[in-house]
Formats: sequence, structure tokens, C-alpha cells
Amino acid sequence: MSTLLWLALPYIALTSFLVGHVWRYRHDQFGWTTRSSQMHESRLLRLGSPLFHFGLLAVIGGHVLGLMVPKSWTEFFGITEGMYHFVSVSAGTLAGTATVAGLAILLYRRFTVPAVRKATTRGDKVMYALLGAAIVTGMVNTVGENLIGGGYDYRSTVSEWFRGLFLFSARPELMADVPLSFQVHNVVVLVLLGIWPYTRLVHVFSAPVGYFVRPYVVYRSRDPQRPDANRYARAWGDQHE
Amino acid sequence: MRVMAQLAMVMNLDKCIGCHTCSVTCKQAWTNRGGVEYAWFNNVETRPGQGYPRQYQDQEKWKGGWALTKRGKLTLRSGSRLRRLLNIFANPDLPAVADYYEPWTYDYQNLLSAPPSDTTPTAKPKSSITGEDTKVTWGANWDDDLGGGPEQIGKDPLLGKLSEQVKLEFEQTFMFYLPRICEHCLNPSCAASCPSGAIYKRAEDGIVLVDQDKCRGWRQCVTGCPYKKIYFNHKTGKAEKCTFCYPRVEVGIPTVCSETCVGRLRYIGVLLYDADKVGEAASVRDEKDLYPAQLGVFLNPHDPRVVAEAERAGISGEWIEAAQNSPVYRLIVDYQLALPLHPEYRTMPMVWYVPPLSPVVDVLSQTGHDGEAVGNLFGAIDALRIPVEYLAELFTAGDVGPVRASLQRLAAMRAHMRKVNLGEDVDDSIAASVRLAPGEIESMYRLLAIAKYEDRYVIPGGATSDAHRLEAIATGCSLDGDGGPGMTAFDVMAEKFQLVDTNGAAPADKSRRINLLDWDGVSTEGMFPTDGNGAAVKGAAVKGAAHEPEAIG
Ligand code: HEM
Ligand code: SF4
Ligand code: SF4
Repeated sequence: MSTLLWLALPYIALTSFLVGHVWRYRHDQFGWTTRSSQMHESRLLRLGSPLFHFGLLAVIGGHVLGLMVPKSWTEFFGITEGMYHFVSVSAGTLAGTATVAGLAILLYRRFTVPAVRKATTRGDKVMYALLGAAIVTGMVNTVGENLIGGGYDYRSTVSEWFRGLFLFSARPELMADVPLSFQVHNVVVLVLLGIWPYTRLVHVFSAPVGYFVRPYVVYRSRDPQRPDANRYARAWGDQHE
Repeated sequence: MRVMAQLAMVMNLDKCIGCHTCSVTCKQAWTNRGGVEYAWFNNVETRPGQGYPRQYQDQEKWKGGWALTKRGKLTLRSGSRLRRLLNIFANPDLPAVADYYEPWTYDYQNLLSAPPSDTTPTAKPKSSITGEDTKVTWGANWDDDLGGGPEQIGKDPLLGKLSEQVKLEFEQTFMFYLPRICEHCLNPSCAASCPSGAIYKRAEDGIVLVDQDKCRGWRQCVTGCPYKKIYFNHKTGKAEKCTFCYPRVEVGIPTVCSETCVGRLRYIGVLLYDADKVGEAASVRDEKDLYPAQLGVFLNPHDPRVVAEAERAGISGEWIEAAQNSPVYRLIVDYQLALPLHPEYRTMPMVWYVPPLSPVVDVLSQTGHDGEAVGNLFGAIDALRIPVEYLAELFTAGDVGPVRASLQRLAAMRAHMRKVNLGEDVDDSIAASVRLAPGEIESMYRLLAIAKYEDRYVIPGGATSDAHRLEAIATGCSLDGDGGPGMTAFDVMAEKFQLVDTNGAAPADKSRRINLLDWDGVSTEGMFPTDGNGAAVKGAAVKGAAHEPEAIG
């Protein structure tokens, strides 16, 4: 059981995540979109979507720090467990609260605004269920275990296990005695990662950072073999800011 | 000098009868699909009126187009790149479907299935978006022909810009129709606001297109376009827009809206312009200088220096010749009759308009004057401030000079041609009063009034020499192999003309696709896939390669 959950599942999920994205990128460019529903409803979205997204981006940033940066590194810089814990719990609670509030507004909107409800696919519903569960269990961990409960040092178990997966020296036994809420959170997130590439969440991997460096107006040749037809051929002297 | 070619359009507003044929045929060809029920790539709005979407010209509200920074640089009115990316999770300036109108259909089934009763069964309106019962309260043409009266018409954003006194003269109602498509701008703010770089201007003909594969649904372009000519498909989550019917113009035939225009008022032709001058022209300080600045960007195709530069830039002889015979060049540059729509948006629009003289003539006739006497007309153009000031808000950022000059030329043409047609002595001073020779007035008349098909449309063939072969490469669609999840009516439409296998242009792997959209209802030619298409592609541009209809299993 332990092997299945903490060895097989993560590899299946992460493989699906990776391969799925590559497959979808190559075969379904047309389906790669946010599927924005703002044409149907703006007021609630303008409240919920920024709350949710900014909150979640902070949460993801926190996860990268917590899971990928080994404890020895932070200790090297003189950051004590107490300091780390304080920052991670307070920032995590703040970001998590924004995310939950945003998600609540988005979900309320999705199921009460008729046009938005109509535009919700089955895949969306599965994705929302998993995303919601991931965020709620994550909040239980941050607030329940770490803030109210005595605090749990996940960095010497969960994080070690997680990094082990990437070094191909996985130690599923590390997860055996982890509190249940952490276990549930991990399983839910793994399943979410597994279905990620087949949902609208692909939009995350097309975040338009290239916008900052390209010229405003893009020219493209009808003739794909014209030598000067590079992707963002500049056609005229740029007076734009 | 960097010469580029642009396919441009001019519409002669005097002749538009507001029949909406252009809108309907365009819709049939491009947007009769789910997700774009509310979208009209071509729409015809009555002016004065709110337009479609409602009050789209109010850029304080919608933030479309460009603005100048304090340092005189162009920046999108909706904000810097950073500011717009920070707003990406919810776009603060996005029109809702309701700003266009909530599309609806009727429950026709009820007419057939209702049980016998004393009253006639009705077909209730149903929202095309939710499928629920709906109340029809607005449409793409709600204020057509000034419908709704002053209460609706008064919300026209342009009327707010006119002086009080002029607004009071509003009772002397005038109106005309304004058909609108995408402007295929030289400085397109839609493309500039697309975070993914999916909207591009084609280097060969200037047509602005959305790459459906690259669009990620950030819906920033809808805000970016001040003419609100980008439509978000709420089903596919991708932006769509007028394509200038590129599959048609590539083979030298006019767009659907032009082809079917009842008033025969649309002109399509090539303009050569200096790409190096666009940025400078779009950023002149005074908005009233934008129209002359844009005129300054266009190049004279008869100038040998321009021709040499055009050749150097790889523009084919066929295109240069088309530019020399361009009806659009004549109307815009030679006669300076046509004016750009809202140059103050700084996008350098490329669909221009000959302003309508008819509101002036109508008022004259109604008040018992001779609507074709040049003296009366000239006087009326100056006296009737409403039409002229209103037109100036549309076409010249409020500068009445060019509008008056254009209307005076139209008036002179009327007066001069009446004398010619009635066999009276031609009065050369009429032509001279608008700085034209009598011969010029007559050829202007032939272009505007006789308006023969071959004079209205001078469209060169594909911009590349072996367009067919390249076409086949360009449309090699990555979705085919897997049963095509992205295969939509849009793709099928794109194939409708020269990309289907009937003309030997489709790649071999596409030749097995059934094509119902091409069907003319009579023959099965082109409906069924054929074998041996790949061979036809290799054998250069083969028209009518052997295609035996073949049963589909
Ligand atoms: C990194 C940059 C990201 C960008 C630029 C981005 C952008 C967007 C945009 C434009 C929408 C469409 C909103 C609308 O108009 O309806 C959207 C929706 C959504 N995004 Fe993101 N997103 C990002 C990251 C994420 C992440 C990390 C997640 C979650 C794991 C996420 C989950 C969602 C969900 C669930 C929706 C649907 C909201 C709803 O309409 O109910 N996004 N995103
Ligand atoms: S009119 Fe057309 S080309 Fe110009 S900004 Fe709008 S969509 Fe783009
Ligand atoms: S078809 Fe021609 S005449 Fe009729 S509305 Fe359109 S532009 Fe006007």
C-alpha cells in the first residue's frame, strides 16, 4: 500500500503530467486556452479571479521553497527552524486564505451564473473537485497542524521523500508516519497533477512572459519559407514605448 | 523607404441603403457557429446611434487603441505591458456579451408540437447562450433607422462631442448607415495587446489574422481593438475576427461582404506604403494631423523610385500593377474623397469611407431647394453644421476641413454631371471650384456612380509565386492525426476555397476529409475526398486534378 501510494502513484502522476503536456502541446494547440468566461460575467470574476490567482501563485512559490530547498541550505544561511516556520505559516496562511476566498467566489459564480454554469464541462467539474480538495487539505495542514497544532516538521519527511522521487532514490517509508491530513493532501495533489494536462489548467504553462520582450506588432509571412520570416519579424521602426 | 503592400477597402457611404446583406452573408460564411452567435464581423450601424457593441466609441470607458505618453511615445490606452499582465486574471475593460446583445433563437418546435388549443401557439424566445427563456431587449441593430428615438440615439458617444448649439439642431434629423469590418490597421492595437503574439499582420497583404493555434484566450485583444472588431468565441475560448476573406482575395475575388453588397459601394485594391513611416505617423501630437500623416505614409505607385523599391522588397509585378490601378488609391489619394474611420485611435485604419452627401441633399430637397445645384449644395454644406461636424468626429478627429472638401467634390460631381446628362453647356468653373479638371470629375463619376465590377475590385492573385504549394505547407494542421480535437467549422471554412483537395492544394494527409461546406446543393464535386491528391500537390498548381467521387465507408 505504501509503495503504491508513495512510489507508484507519484511516478504515474508525474509522468502523466509531463508526457501529457508534451502530447497536448503537440496535438491540441487549438484546445490550449484559458477558456475565459468573462464575457458572461465580470463583476464576481474581477473579485474572485485575482484573489485566487495571486494567492495561488504565492502558495506555489511557497511550495517550491518548502519542498525543493533542503533544510540544510536554509540552515546554512542561518535561518532557524523557528524563523522558517514562522514565515512559512504566516505567509502561507495569508496566501492560502486569499486562494480559498477567491476559489469560493469563483465556484459560487460558476454554479449560480446560468451562462457560466452552462459553459462548465465535466472535466472542469473533476478539476474543481480536486483543486478544491487540494487547497482545503493544504489549508488544514498549514492552519490546523502548524498554527493550531504543535507544528509538524514536514521538511524532514515529506520534502525528503518528494526530492527523492526526482533523484530516483525514493524512500516511500518516509511517508508512513506522516499525519493523515498531509497524506491526503499529497494524494489529492498527485491525482490533480496527473489529470492536469487534460484540463483547462494547461493555461498555466502558457503564461505570456514573452510579451515583455517582443515588438508590439507581429508580422508573419504567408510564405513560411521566406528567410526573413522569423517569428516576430519587425516591420517598421518602433515608435512604441 | 521600406515598401509594403496592403489590401485596403473604401466604402462609398452615399450608396449604402442599410439592407444588411453584407452582414448576413458574412455571418453565413464565417460566424454561424456556436460561441460566436453574437459576433458580426461585418455590421451596419445607423448613425447617429450607439453602434455595436453599444457605445464602443467611448474609449474613456473601453480603453481601446493607442494613446501618447507624455514623452510622445505610443502606448496602449489600456495600459503598459506590465499593467495589462497584472490585470490578466480579470480584464477590467472587457465588454460582456450583453454589451453586444444576448443572442437568441425561438422555440419553433412548439409551433409543431403544441396540442390543439383555442389560441395560436407561439415560439418563445430562448437565449442561445443558456437555452433558457429570455426577454429580447437589445440586438445588434436595435437602433436601426433611428429606432428607439432620441432616448436611444442620444446615447451616441459622438453626439456628446458636438457643441451644444449643434446638438439643439438635432430635430432636423439626418441619418446614414455605416457598414463596418475590421480595419486591418497598419498599427493594429489588437495585435499589440495580445500577450501570446497570436495576432499578426501578414507581411504580403497586410491582412490581420488570429492564429487559432497560438491564441491562449487571454482576451486582451478585445479591449485593445478600439473598433471592437475582435470577438471572443466563448465556446472555443479563442479570439476571432474578420479575415478579409483571405481564402477569396488570395485567388483574386472580393470579400463576401463586397461581392454581395447591394449598393455596390465597396472598393478593394492595393496600397503601397512606407513601413518605416508608420510609427512616426501614428504618433503625431495633434489628433487632427493623423489623417494627413497617414496620407503621407502611402506611396505613389506610379513613381519609378517607389516601383524600384517595391521590387527590391520582393513585391511582385502583378501586385505593383494592381497598386497602379488601385481604385482605393484613387479615392484616397488622387481625389481625397475617402477618409479614415476614427484616425484618433492611432491604429492607422485601412478601411476608408467616402462621406455621405445625401443627408445634405435630403435637407435641401425637403426644404424645397434644388438639391443638385452647386451653389445650393456648397451653401448647405457650410450651413448644415450637424452633418459636417458629426462626420468630422467620425473621420477626421473633429477637423471639418477635409470633410467639407470631400463633400464639396461630391457636390461638384453632382452638379457637373447633371449638366452633362441634360446636354447643357458644361460649366468648367464647377470642376475648377474643387480643384479638379472636368475630365477628372467624369472619371471620378465613372468610378463612384457607374462603379463597374472590374473597376471596384482590383485584386492581384496570391502574393507568392507558387502559392498553392506553400498553402499546402502552411496549413499542415497538427490536429489531423488524432481525429482532430481542434477540427472546427473554422478550419473547414478556411479550407473552403483554395485549401480543399478539389483544387489540388490540400496536403495528401488531408485529402480524406469530407467537405460539406463547399456543397452547392447540386453536384457532388468537391464533396468527397479523393485519392491521388498528394500527387497533384507535387505537380505544381494543378486545377481540376482528376477527382472521382468515392464512397465513404
Ligand atoms: C501563471 C499564470 C496564470 C495566468 C496568467 C492565469 C490566467 C488565467 C485566466 C486569464 C483565466 C480566465 C479567467 C476568465 O476570464 O474566466 C484563468 C482561469 C483559471 N485559472 Fe489561471 N492563470 C495562471 C495560473 C493558474 C494556476 C497556477 C492555477 C491553478 C492551479 C489556475 C487555475 C485557474 C482556474 C481554476 C481558472 C478558472 C476560473 C473560473 O473561471 O472559474 N491558474 N487563469
Ligand atoms: S480594426 Fe482590426 S486590425 Fe485594427 S485593431 Fe481592430 S481588430 Fe485589429
Ligand atoms: S450590402 Fe451594401 S448597401 Fe447593403 S448594408 Fe451592406 S454595405 Fe450597405
